[in-house]
Amino acid sequence: MDRVVDDLIALGKGMSITFKNLLEKPVTKQYPEEKRIVPKRTRGRHVLHRYSDGQERCVGCLLCQGTCPAGAIYIEADENSKDSPTSKGERFAKVFDVDLLRCIYCGHCEMACPTNAITLENNTALAGYSRDSLLMHKEDLLEPIGTSTLGSTEHWDPKPPTNVADRVPAQTGNFDGSATSAAAVGRGDLNLGQKPQPPKREVGESQDA
Amino acid sequence: MTVLEVVLVAARALVTAVVLLTAFAYMTYSERRLVAVFQWRIGPNRTGPFGLLQPLADGLKLLFKEQLMPAGAKKFIYMMAPCISLIVALTSFAVIPVQLDASAFAQQPGSPNSPERHLWQIADINVGVLFLLGITSLAVYGIVLGGWSSGNKYSLIGAVRSAAQMVSYELALGTALLSPLMMVGSLSFSQVAVYQEGQLWLGFAQPMAFLLFCIAAVAETNRAPFDLPEAEQELGAGFHTEYSGMRFALFFMAEYVAMITVSAVATTVFLGGPWLYPGATREALMGWLPTYSAIYFLLKIAIFMFIFIWLRATLPRFRYDQLMRIGWLVLLPLTLLNLAITSVGVVLGWSHFTFMLVVLSVVMLLYAFGKLNRRREADAAHH
Repeated sequence: MDRVVDDLIALGKGMSITFKNLLEKPVTKQYPEEKRIVPKRTRGRHVLHRYSDGQERCVGCLLCQGTCPAGAIYIEADENSKDSPTSKGERFAKVFDVDLLRCIYCGHCEMACPTNAITLENNTALAGYSRDSLLMHKEDLLEPIGTSTLGSTEHWDPKPPTNVADRVPAQTGNFDGSATSAAAVGRGDLNLGQKPQPPKREVGESQDA
Repeated sequence: MTVLEVVLVAARALVTAVVLLTAFAYMTYSERRLVAVFQWRIGPNRTGPFGLLQPLADGLKLLFKEQLMPAGAKKFIYMMAPCISLIVALTSFAVIPVQLDASAFAQQPGSPNSPERHLWQIADINVGVLFLLGITSLAVYGIVLGGWSSGNKYSLIGAVRSAAQMVSYELALGTALLSPLMMVGSLSFSQVAVYQEGQLWLGFAQPMAFLLFCIAAVAETNRAPFDLPEAEQELGAGFHTEYSGMRFALFFMAEYVAMITVSAVATTVFLGGPWLYPGATREALMGWLPTYSAIYFLLKIAIFMFIFIWLRATLPRFRYDQLMRIGWLVLLPLTLLNLAITSVGVVLGWSHFTFMLVVLSVVMLLYAFGKLNRRREADAAHH
């Protein structure tokens, strides 16, 4: 009998806890109408940036393509024309495709980019009705003519160089494509870290006993 | 019975059934909303204003869904089982007096029923409680037959669990009801309601019976934490795994209508039925009684429904051995003890307040003895 009463008291305690929860405000966000504020450095869909004069930052160096662990980026570079260059470099990206279905949103591309041309922005509403609609082409990714932003890299710590707009490529210690991505661009040929070696087997040792 | 009387009764039954099914629909809605609020969520609020059309949308969806039947199913029984469940659940509500009008008080226990007398009691039979207990125990047939005829092991396990659970808890349920009914001296629900006029409600006079009845009622309706027959995690929804579309909805309806019915019984017997407050008399409520008694009654039912949902939002499911232990080793002995105390009290003619004091002091005594005994055991284990 004492156990029964004790259990009932415990039951009452539990019920009171859930009743307190009844009075709490719901944490649900009514998504399409009411959006959650994401952190500024959230890695969502890619954006290709421009300089203030409208030229593209991307110089078609393929570093992002090389560093991409998912193989989501495909670039075809082409020579800039002397009269009306598309970018500040010798070359520019004629084709710049990002497959959002392959991308893992790791941000290696923006770290590798020497010109701060590609950044992952806060657009996380990534859904489509077909596979094709999630294959982003250059036109989809480029920011519209007349806008020139640095994107989410502005909120990095340490910050990307502010004078990057003038320098092609940006070669500061902070935001240096060659430093972050050399191993990746080298496609694994550079033996930087200790790779796990296969165990050496004694000569004459046999597996079948 | 004249033709008019038959038509009146039929019309009343029809309206009650429609009201019950509407109540079921909105119970599912309010349950989803309430459980959501308990869990800091919002719940369905997209269909219509505040999501109020959600039950309608659900119903339409269920109507148009394909009704699958497993190859190994016993066809006839498979189709009958949900119907049995729902019919039984609806039938049992027939004896509940939702509203009393002035003529209810003139009736003597056991006198013949006249249909124009009670506004919302389909059948005021003098063994109403017995009828209700008998009908509700038939509900297990729907579940057992449904689970067995599905030809699915898990459904069968759910059905067998349900059968064992129903048998175990029905005993406690009936015995708990006996104590207040002994004090009333009648098995007619309307007499139970009339009896509580100007009195402390029977729930206060019989606190232990009230509590035990509530626990057994939750178990009878297969609601959490006693929802072993439809344990989603272990059995994949138990006895109604193989049911889809409207056939599943019938089981669903039956469960909720059964909840409403046991709440109505608890209200009538323990919470003073149509009386607004304990000790309310006809004179105090004069004029309002016929109109408003139904509202008081429905409000009290709503409180019970809230508790049902509250329990579901709080408690995890019992293990099977715990379930059986509670039923046979806790509920049944306690209801029998309560019955013994009550019979002494009825013979000695105690007042409602005395009943309450005696029952509570017996509980306190048992509690103290139990604690002392446990301490002695612990001491003995030390030495």
